[in-house]
Order: sequence, then C-alpha cells, then structure tokens
Amino acid sequence: MTDNPCVQVSHVSYTYEEGTQPVLKDMSLTVKPGEFLAILGHNGSGKSTLAKLLNGLYLPTGGNILICGMDTQNDDDTWNIRQKAGMIFQNPDNQIVATVVREDVAFGLENMGVPHDEMVERIDNALKVVRMTERAQSEPHMLSGGQKQRVAIAGVLAMQPEIMIADESTAMLDPSGREEVLEVMHRLNREKGMTVIWITHYMEEAAQADRILVVSDGEIALSGTPREVFSQVDRMRELHLDVPHMASLADSLRKDGFPLPSGILTVDEMTEEVCKLLCR
Amino acid sequence: MSIELRHVSYVYSEGSAFAHKALDDINLTIEDGEYVALCGHTGCGKSTLVQHLNGLLAPSEGQVLIDGEDINGDHVDKRRIRQKVGLVFQYPEYQLFEETVAKDIAFGPKNMGLSEKEIEERVRRAMDHVHLSFEKYAHVSPFDLSGGQMRRVAIAGVLAMEPSVLVLDEPTAGLDPRGRDRILGMIRDLHREGHATIIMVSHSMDDVASLASRMVVMMDGKVAKTGTCREVFMDRTLMDQAGLGVPAAARLCTRLREKGLPIPEDLYTTQEVHDAILKLWKEGGKC
Repeated sequence: MTDNPCVQVSHVSYTYEEGTQPVLKDMSLTVKPGEFLAILGHNGSGKSTLAKLLNGLYLPTGGNILICGMDTQNDDDTWNIRQKAGMIFQNPDNQIVATVVREDVAFGLENMGVPHDEMVERIDNALKVVRMTERAQSEPHMLSGGQKQRVAIAGVLAMQPEIMIADESTAMLDPSGREEVLEVMHRLNREKGMTVIWITHYMEEAAQADRILVVSDGEIALSGTPREVFSQVDRMRELHLDVPHMASLADSLRKDGFPLPSGILTVDEMTEEVCKLLCR
Repeated sequence: MSIELRHVSYVYSEGSAFAHKALDDINLTIEDGEYVALCGHTGCGKSTLVQHLNGLLAPSEGQVLIDGEDINGDHVDKRRIRQKVGLVFQYPEYQLFEETVAKDIAFGPKNMGLSEKEIEERVRRAMDHVHLSFEKYAHVSPFDLSGGQMRRVAIAGVLAMEPSVLVLDEPTAGLDPRGRDRILGMIRDLHREGHATIIMVSHSMDDVASLASRMVVMMDGKVAKTGTCREVFMDRTLMDQAGLGVPAAARLCTRLREKGLPIPEDLYTTQEVHDAILKLWKEGGKC
C-alpha cells in the first residue's frame, strides 16, 4: 500500500443545470489505496452526485478529479477510469442485464474484448469471491436481493478494478442481505486491499469503516474516524443524521452525569465501560 | 374494523413445477385500532399475507374475514373492501403516474365516484396527513420531488380513500434517517389521532420496538409467534431462527446481566436501558 492517493478530488463543483444551485461546492478530498471510506449524508446532500463524478458518469463543472492519476475530464481515459473505479448501485433489479448469472458477470468483459480463456478464469474467480459459484447457472430473478447485489459486485470485480464505489447498495435489502453484501466488501478490502467507497444511510455500516465523510449541502461537514464522527451526537442530529444506538445511549447517559468516555460505538464497548463504572 | 384470517394457505403457481406454498395454515386476528408489526426475513410470506388483507390475492384454502364477512365470497364488491383496507406497497413511489401531485392523490377518490368538492377536500386532508403543503405542492409534478416526498405522495393517494385499516409494506425502506422519522411519525399520528388500524411490515426491529403494540413473527409461511414487542424480543431463540436482529438496547441488557449487573431482562428501548443504568449508578452500583 502506497500513500499516493488513488482518488483525488480538488475543488470540485457540480451544477445540474446552468443558473441553478450547485449540488457540490468546492469539494476537496483524497482517498488512499486500501482505505474503506464511508460517505454519509441525507437525501439531496450531494453524495450520490459525488459518486457519479468519481467514475466519470458526470464531469465536474469546476475543479478536477484524478482516479489513479487519470483525469475524469480526459475523454481518452473514460473507459480506463470506469475499469479502475467500478460502481454498484442501489436497486439490485436495475443492474442485471443477462438471463443467467454467469453471463451477467461476463457482460463487462465481453465489452472489453477479453480473450475467452481469461474471461472464464476471471468470471470463476469473481463468483468465488462473492460465494455465488453454485448459482452460476441460475436465473437472476430467482435470487434474493442480497444475492443479486453479490452478482453485481462479481460483474464489477471481473473487470479487476482498484476501487469499488457502492452507492447505497444495501438500501433495498433485508438485514441478512445487507450483512452478506457488506461482508463481501470488507473481505475484499481486507484480503485484496481493495479501496472501498461506501455510501450509506446506515450508521451501523459506517461505524465499520476506516474513515467517515459526512456530506451536507454539497460540502464536507465532518470527516474523521467513526469514533471521532459519532462522538459528535448533537452535530450529527443537526445534519439530520443518526448515530449508532450505543453512541446515542452513551451521549444521553453522559448528559445525565454518568461519566462514560467518548467514542463508544458497539454493544461490547458499552458493556465494558458500564461495568468499569458499576462493578466496583 | 377487525380482520380475521382462518386457516389461510396460499400456493404460487399451483399445479406447475414451480408450485410454492407461501402461506401455510395462517390463523390471525387483528382487532380494531391495533398497531401490528409484521416481521420475518425475506421469503417468509409477509408480502403474500398483506396482499390477502384487501383481496388482491385470494387464499388457495381458508378464509379472510373483515368484520365477519368473507371478502372472497361470491357477491362481495372488492372495490368496497379496498377502500376500507388501504394497501401501500413497497417502494410505492414507483407507482406515481399523474402530471401533478393533486391529480395523483385524487385518482382513488375519483374512481370512488365522489363529487369534485369531496375529492378536493380529501386531497387536502391526505396531503395534510403526510405533511405536504397543498399550496406548495398540489400542482407540482410528483417526479420533481425528493424520494421521501414522492413516497409521501404515494401514501397520500391511499389515505385519500380514507381507509379504516392501513397496511404498509416496508414504508421506510431506502429512506434516509430524516425521511424515515417523518414517515414513522406520520403513521403514528394516523394511529393515535386518526384511530386507524395499522399493519406495518418492517425489517427494522428498532422501528418496531418504539411503535407497534403487537408483533407478528412469520417463518416459512407460518405465524411463528405473536405477542407484545417485549414478549417477542425476550424469545432470543425465535428471533435468531426468524432471522431478525434483536434491538441493540436488548442485546446490551443481556450482556450486562451476564456480567452480573442486576438489570431487568425484558428491556428493549434505549430509553429504558438508559433509565436502568442511571438507577444502578444512583444506588451506588453493585455486581
């Protein structure tokens, strides 16, 4: 892992229609290779716009974005950027194009003109990583939402990207589907050093990231480790966001004079700290 | 208005190679004025069940009774049943289709053959219930609104029929915390002030814990358990089997009791646990 950023966003603004309010305002951020970055923000905050700017689906109206050193505004690099920075969207049903799982994973590769033998190998690997090998011949509509999202991830993985951008990819899934998809992403991040940019509404998911960015009104409102960000309970509520249940409980207990330390995020941490104070 | 399901079974694609029994001998009564949360993991039959409540699906076996009347009986007017039992599907905003918000909401009342005046009054009342200003939004295209607003328009379209039972299939799925709180607050008001019977399908045990008066847990097409949230959350074996996450506050209670702290075992809201911990602290804490 080097320290050269694989995503560099410099003073980026974005306006949908000329004369309207910008959706993003002079935003700058960097993402390091191997980082798991969560992006939070309420609907309309600009976080999905940011995601679409990162792989060149939208082009900045001001500033510039470098993905692995390539400028998204350089037409010649558009396909290289999309191969390096793969994207997974919200609705599992809108991302499947083929009638058999295996063919769906092959779709991107066929478009890239990958030789047949290599294609087979890449598809097998990708399906193995998302644990869908046994469903390779299934019809996608017979799969659960979580399984469909894993097929979508396999399709992106087969392109061998360095960065995965997931735009609320668990929003339409049930709790077990959500866990499946998040587990795959964390495993990719841990074992293959995949850089992950994880856009979500679920505070518990963001709590597992290396770093959190909170986007509000087209700007970065907060940035830091989950502990740093979720300690700011009042600020998060001002931004119309939640904090994990244990962070909120710790905050209300502290306000009532129970001297818990800051930075509690999980049930385990809470158990430990409460016992320290009560079991004497 | 009470709803009773008697020995209801439902088989998809009956008689074909893909036949699948989605509901298996369901017996369930929902009384007037209840707020029932219907829970269970994907594929357990919840969505199939809610489509039986207003006659969209007819049981393969058994009966659905509303105020004692079999809604699938020979001479029953299904439209009348659907006005009494309003069903809000998952992602209802995908069903918006009219040019303006007001026209979309008026679609149901119009089909009921009401007068223009009555229709407008109902549209106004429905928009009021979902906290959308008539003046500001009535003549706007629904497709220019945010996701949360579109969903509220879709719910208003059902409310405009003024049903006495409101069935919602995962009404907060995909919304941000603010959108979710707005929808849940609105449903709570309809229940408390509008005296509507609410049946809500939900995956979020934390939402359910703070709102529902009763939980119905489904597993493999059967009702696995019904009871207050307290009773259901106490049954950890069932919660695990049904694939439901126990609220974080309830998990914390279990952990603290394992450490020997005298915390009641049946707490499940953050507020309750907060109060219990403070109480121990003020008493000087003891293990």
